[in-house]
Amino acid sequence: MKSNRLLYLLPLLTLAILAGFFGWSLVSGRDPASIGSALVGRPAPTLKAPALRPGEAALTDALLHSGKPVLVNFFASWCTPCLAEAPLLDRLAKKDGITIIGIAWKNKPEEARAWLERLGDPFAAVGYDLDGKMAVDWGLSGVPETFLIDAQGVVRLHFRAPILEKDVTDRILPLLKAGGS
Amino acid sequence: MIPELGHYALILALAVALVQATLPMIGAHRGDIRLMALGRTAALTQAFLIILSFAALTEAFVTSDFSLAMVVANSHSAKPLLYKLSGVWGNHEGSMMLWVLILAVFGAAVALFGENLPDGLRARVLGVQAWVGVGFLAFILFTSNPFLRLSPAPPDGNGMNPLLQDPGLAFHPPLLYLGYVGFSVTFAFAIAALIEGRVDAAWARWVRPWTLAAWCFLTLGITLGSWWSYYILGWGGFWFWDPVENASLMPWLAGTALLHSAIVVEKRDALKSWTVLLAILAFSLSLLGTFLVRSGVLTSVHAFAQDPARGMFILAFLLVVIGGALALYAWRAPTLQSGGLFQPISREGALILNNLLLCTLCATVLLGTLYPLFLDLLSGAKVSVGPPFFNTTFVPISFALFAAMCVGPFLGWKRAELWPALVRLRTAFAVAVIGMILAATVIDSHATLAALAFGFGVWLILGSLLEFADRVRLGRVPWAETRRRLATMPRASIGMTISHAALGFVVLGSVATAAWNVELIRTFKIGERARFADWEVTLTNVEPVRGPNYDAERATITLTKDGKRFAVLTPERRMFLVQRREVAETSIQTNFLRDLYATLGEGDAQKGWTIRLYDNPLAPWIWLGAALCAFGGFVSLSDRRLRVGAPKRSRVVAQPAE
Repeated sequence: MKSNRLLYLLPLLTLAILAGFFGWSLVSGRDPASIGSALVGRPAPTLKAPALRPGEAALTDALLHSGKPVLVNFFASWCTPCLAEAPLLDRLAKKDGITIIGIAWKNKPEEARAWLERLGDPFAAVGYDLDGKMAVDWGLSGVPETFLIDAQGVVRLHFRAPILEKDVTDRILPLLKAGGS
Repeated sequence: MIPELGHYALILALAVALVQATLPMIGAHRGDIRLMALGRTAALTQAFLIILSFAALTEAFVTSDFSLAMVVANSHSAKPLLYKLSGVWGNHEGSMMLWVLILAVFGAAVALFGENLPDGLRARVLGVQAWVGVGFLAFILFTSNPFLRLSPAPPDGNGMNPLLQDPGLAFHPPLLYLGYVGFSVTFAFAIAALIEGRVDAAWARWVRPWTLAAWCFLTLGITLGSWWSYYILGWGGFWFWDPVENASLMPWLAGTALLHSAIVVEKRDALKSWTVLLAILAFSLSLLGTFLVRSGVLTSVHAFAQDPARGMFILAFLLVVIGGALALYAWRAPTLQSGGLFQPISREGALILNNLLLCTLCATVLLGTLYPLFLDLLSGAKVSVGPPFFNTTFVPISFALFAAMCVGPFLGWKRAELWPALVRLRTAFAVAVIGMILAATVIDSHATLAALAFGFGVWLILGSLLEFADRVRLGRVPWAETRRRLATMPRASIGMTISHAALGFVVLGSVATAAWNVELIRTFKIGERARFADWEVTLTNVEPVRGPNYDAERATITLTKDGKRFAVLTPERRMFLVQRREVAETSIQTNFLRDLYATLGEGDAQKGWTIRLYDNPLAPWIWLGAALCAFGGFVSLSDRRLRVGAPKRSRVVAQPAE
């Protein structure tokens, strides 16, 4: 009879476990839409792209090992979320003095150039990846995506969406401060 | 003024619900007739107030009153009237309003039609229902008030998610909610029975019409949702195992199991605590569905209503309702004595098998839906559980269910022989095997699973019809006798035949569409031709068109066969002006045996347009079959014996089962 009683408690116990998971999920603040990135915590993939601005040197890995953390931002002139992100990047570069490297992804160089001229150019160096070949190594799924690479050339953050104000204050700036930029 | 009236009515409804939740319960406990009678008055008053409140909200949408924050966020003056109406429930606050509206209307229905219910039971059922209502009303009033004003009022609204601007989706939430909320009545009956400590045949009969009604609406709701995703998402599929689809499938499976186990309670006075548990589970899973869609715990195509801040409230509410119910169950259910013992080979044995299989299916879906969440929380790994998981788990288990579904109705109550039942099904078996072999050889040589499923579809249809023929002794007795049997046949068993056979059509349609469709994706310039299945396809023209609140590009695609025109498809790509969002409008030509399906993708005159074409054999059967399945439920609902309140407990009480 005792085991029988326990059987009747089983549904309640199942619910308790389920509810625990749901509550945990709500409290943990995880984003179910985030895919995560395999690159975080690893050395940054190869950076090799022709320069977008005429007369500048091509982009190489040296830019990622300058002893300073950098942001790498993939964008395109045809991408509306990139447009939304542009003012924030501009502020980060000019006010906070962060080095940002831009890559125009699957974007004709002249179109990308015109777009930057119109909106202001936040990039310390900017290249283009017309066929998206380089971006494959970076695990890019679209634009905009932004990577934070620390002074040792290791990927610390990977945003698969336009970065927002709260990403900057909650995640990017604290890491930069801790990293001693 | 009118929105304030609506708001006020909603607050009053909460007060009335509190009264309805407490006083009739006390009355039932003390045996006070007057307090018990209060339950009916309160239920009717509450329904009236919520209808008033909902009407006020609808008025604001129809007249585009942009001083209401919710109208601004979800409506636009240029929207067609139908979508202004469906805009009322096409968002979080409004869908919660719809939920309480239906809940209150069901409560009023119990009050009105439950005349033959014993006073105590009715009072308790209404009391439990009111508790659920209190929770939802408080949720609306404290966290999602739809009557919030904006000042100053903007000149126009933001419009509605264009994906939702579709006649199928306008009616999908109300039907789905009729199903979800319908289970609240069953739930209330189960809780009331646990409080009273009595579950008997009369109880089972009182519960059955409500379960049936909820089940029918849920079936229709799921069907419409699936149809919508088929033709609006433009992916050519009809079921994606999306968390939200699963969330509606789980209460359906539990409800189907409940529908069958309640029969055993009614006929054999057994399986009582199990049936009560199923009644609790069916509604719990409905609540879980609401929670999953809204809380942001899982992602899905229904992301339009997510808000983690509300998640906690719903979770707490879920815990109180489901946890309370299950705690009561753990405490009281062991006292529910079971009636008879039974043999495995018997009608009740078959119904238990049905329940086991349905519950396994339900657990499979639950596991598949929540597994990514568990894994993410425990190890941080991201996985997505998709069709491969469900195809390898759900499908084989449902095969077992299909196999048993035709045999069960041939078995008698108490004790039966398996062999004679199988002998009577031999024709269905033979044809199904022939169908299977034909499907495996003629249509497709490597999709053996599909061929097997196809055979099961045939088996379901023929097996159900054979059972029907057997019941009226078709061909074995003179025609007059058959006619007499037909006339006196209970509607419940006609309904069963229809629903079981209809499931066969759903199976055939799904298998054919999923396994034997032909797909073509390529870019076409105007005038370009290509081969597609048996036809030659030409992109004849692409032209701009103007809708009420969108601009569109419309392609004209001509299909010819042997030089003769076979069909013209006109898919569109609509750009909704207010939201700046593009939606593909699929064009489907159907002859009820196959769907020709086309969607128009991006492109221009130089590069050409991306066009997807599908030839989906038997696709219409999926939804027609599912609708027929619900129709079978309605036929069964019209059975005299099952009329709400028709059964009386008195004669059962004379010989109590306990």
